Amino acid sequence: MNKKAKRTDSAALNSSLIRRPIQRQFAIFLLPTFICFCIGFLWPFIQGVYLSFHKFTTISHVEWVGFNNYIKAFNDAGFRHAFGYTALVAGVSLVLINVLSFAVAYALTRNIRGSNLFRGVFFVPNLIGGIVLGYIWQMLFDRILPVSMVNVTSYGFWGLIIVLCWQQVGYMMIIYVAGLMAVPEDMLEAARIDGANGWKTLWHITLPTVMPSITICTFLTLTNSFKLYDQNMVLTNGAPKMKGVFTTEMMALNIAKSFSTANQRGAAQAKAVLFFILVAAISIIQLTVTHRKEVQQ
Amino acid sequence: MSVRTAGPEGKHTTGQNALTAVFVGISLLWILPILIVVMNSMKTNTAINMDAFALPNGETYVGFSNYVNGMTFGNYPFYSSALYSVFITLASTALILVCTSMAAWYISRVGDLFSKIVYYLCVFSMVVPFQMVMYTLANTSRMLHLDTPWTIPVVYLGFGAGLAVFMFAGFVKSIPLSMEEAASIDGCGPLRTFFSVVFPMMKPTLISVGVLEIMWVWNDYLLPYLVLDQNKYKTIPIHIQYLQGSYGHVDLGATMALITLSLVPILLFYVLCQKHIIAGITAGAVKG
Repeated sequence: MNKKAKRTDSAALNSSLIRRPIQRQFAIFLLPTFICFCIGFLWPFIQGVYLSFHKFTTISHVEWVGFNNYIKAFNDAGFRHAFGYTALVAGVSLVLINVLSFAVAYALTRNIRGSNLFRGVFFVPNLIGGIVLGYIWQMLFDRILPVSMVNVTSYGFWGLIIVLCWQQVGYMMIIYVAGLMAVPEDMLEAARIDGANGWKTLWHITLPTVMPSITICTFLTLTNSFKLYDQNMVLTNGAPKMKGVFTTEMMALNIAKSFSTANQRGAAQAKAVLFFILVAAISIIQLTVTHRKEVQQ
Repeated sequence: MSVRTAGPEGKHTTGQNALTAVFVGISLLWILPILIVVMNSMKTNTAINMDAFALPNGETYVGFSNYVNGMTFGNYPFYSSALYSVFITLASTALILVCTSMAAWYISRVGDLFSKIVYYLCVFSMVVPFQMVMYTLANTSRMLHLDTPWTIPVVYLGFGAGLAVFMFAGFVKSIPLSMEEAASIDGCGPLRTFFSVVFPMMKPTLISVGVLEIMWVWNDYLLPYLVLDQNKYKTIPIHIQYLQGSYGHVDLGATMALITLSLVPILLFYVLCQKHIIAGITAGAVKG
């Protein structure tokens, strides 16, 4: 009761001293960001949803076609393949990146000499943007592989996986290091006294304690892979093409390419809406899972 | 797995020293791709084509001539791309930091219906992938003549507002009102209260958001590619992609030199503020 009374009291004071004067300066504080937000996000988003139900080549010539664009998108073999391929890349990179980054983080929290320097080095690829990063590796792959990677689907696939691991292991490692540092020393001590060996301690004490980090990293790698565009474009740009389908094309690249063909723009926008729903669904699942974990802890 | 902790007084066991040795090797391997690019940037084209992994010798070493060639290689001077990249990154980040921190303060302290709507729209925008708006955003910004380096920060503020507002609003909620009330009693208007009391307190979040935005804008490709007038303005990622995509013979040495040059600013930035970068990036990851 006391607490509540106090809060209304301070809210009243807040209202006259802080709230009203700020509210009067709406045009200075909120309006600039809001206008830019409308230009850079809100209006394009609404227009995007609107256009996905229309046939158009430019924004000024639109014709209502109902769900036709969505039907076209579902019937597009290239898009369906891109969805499967994206899921495959996401799945494989999720497992590899998380296992590798956890292993590195685990080893680097064993109090070894130079561990800070090693952490710094592992993080470096993460600073490089997708285009430059992809180009560095394309140059290397071109000289290591017997055949160019744009000719062989499996080369393109594993090439992309290697690039993704190189880029993200350092990042996820940082998150895992933070999680591992928070494992209480007395719990480890107790396990040692009880005679648990390294593996048992890792499995029964360390892993359950760093579960929140594992959840974060799992979803980060997942959404990173689903939204991937730059590296995919630079490494193979979807090639090779077999039976009319670009075999190494991911969803983001497929959508961007469709936009550049004038008579596919309606379908491209419909694909983009489907893509948005998919990515948003992953994010919402992530939020609920993280919240549940937080309550349990 | 016999090694778990250091001995007393920070002495390291043999196992730990072995692990250190292993990591020296892995670390070198890890940055080898970058080292190979730097090495090749100082070799002749034929030498790169023959053996990209060989160290330069007396015949194949050309010093910095690839860098000189690279500056003007490919019909568009690299230094203008670099300058545009630097300008766009700094201007966009500054604009985002000032505008969204003010907006977030307004949203948290006023808290009326409109503020709440804007806040939830910002949160919503964080889960929308760029492909969803790429076509319409490019059209809108062309229509409003935002297709120059001087105006593209407006687009970045618009598309990047979500995460920034979210992070600032989260921070504002955690700071007590009493300082702002005191400033107000002392006769400060909202602007003065914000810039002399609230803004300095936001420093940790300003650094986190600043790092995130710098990394995003500097490395971004698709947004500037779609928004900027390509014939007049390029950024570094667009420039590199343009060199790679151009048909005919590619000057490998020059390209390696340009890639090296494009890595210098971001690596310098990393060396200078490694702690802030790692803290900022992980803060964004955990909250976003």
